[in-house]
Amino acid sequence: MSARILAAAFLVMTMASTPAFADARGDAKKQVEFGIQVAQRGLWREAIYRWERATQIDPSYAAAFNNLAIAYEHEGQLDKARGAYEKATAVEPDNAMIRQNFDLFKEINDRAKKDGQ
Amino acid sequence: MTARRKTVSSLLLVLFGALSGCTNYYEIPIETPIQPKLDIGAFQRVLVAGFIAGGDEEVDANLETVRLLRSQLRQKGSLRVIEAEALPLAEISAEQGGIEKVAPASPSDTASTQDPQRPPILEEKDLEPYEKIFANQDYWKKIGAEHQSPLIVTGSVLFRPHTSSGFVQREQEVYDQFGRRRVVPQRVYMERKGFILRPTFVFIDGRTGETLHSETFREEILYNQNTQTPALSSFFELMDRLLPTFLNTMSAQKIRGSRILLK
Repeated sequence: MSARILAAAFLVMTMASTPAFADARGDAKKQVEFGIQVAQRGLWREAIYRWERATQIDPSYAAAFNNLAIAYEHEGQLDKARGAYEKATAVEPDNAMIRQNFDLFKEINDRAKKDGQ
Repeated sequence: MTARRKTVSSLLLVLFGALSGCTNYYEIPIETPIQPKLDIGAFQRVLVAGFIAGGDEEVDANLETVRLLRSQLRQKGSLRVIEAEALPLAEISAEQGGIEKVAPASPSDTASTQDPQRPPILEEKDLEPYEKIFANQDYWKKIGAEHQSPLIVTGSVLFRPHTSSGFVQREQEVYDQFGRRRVVPQRVYMERKGFILRPTFVFIDGRTGETLHSETFREEILYNQNTQTPALSSFFELMDRLLPTFLNTMSAQKIRGSRILLK
């Protein structure tokens, strides 16, 4: 009997949470796509606003953190960029493109830090 | 172009367009601003004074470095560049530090008739006794006073020949039985020659004679034994690698690159 109750509860929870997750990802994706469009036109501050929104809506969206990190890099906010790259790699540790971006960032950031010493 | 080729090209373009339409990533150029290492707000002028130079005799590393840095600072710096004779810093340092002149070794048994000279600067360790001049605040304060208290750029530059032997990896073209070309990596033993450039840039406050910042670099370049590259050309090639970092000491720089945006 208790197993049936548990199974039913699990089913209800799954049904309730999946659309919410899909909605969050869908909304976040819209923000990410708009951010890409404006970044391609050089409007990096607007892009930052969009990608920050995307990470708030869906904190498990690695692409949003990746794009946000790139925008911070472009604006010279290197500490924030590192934080965003770290979140992106924590969510998707095997994503080769995020890793490549992060490696390129580290090359510049380490040089800047070394120079500043 | 034939009609058939045109059709194939158009189809490829359509296919490429369709593929790029569904792509989930976009390469984007970025420029990362890097803040300057020194606050030069207190200075209006910069004096590239001179360098303790050594190594290859073909290149006057003191004069060439002074010329190059002045030209770069005129183009990309914000301070007025002072035009003055480059200081023969090795000579001045030798006099200040009491580095004694010695008679050059004679190939014959007879006593050398040549004038005594200061010991040559051929390696890093030879520079050490000369580099004490950078800590002589009174001297730099005096130089500063002569030029209306500028930021002084000085240091040492060692540019010397270098040979290296060992295994290097290079790409070799091979063709299979069907005549298809492939490039395969191959390890080969090679003797190579080239140059090492080891500059130290010292930034001194011309008002106080105090060292504000100092930075040492080391770059090398190697060529095949049979390649004839003029020493001066190698000198500029190696200097070219260091210039962005040198300039970033005094002014903000933008580093260009590209990243990948993801959907």
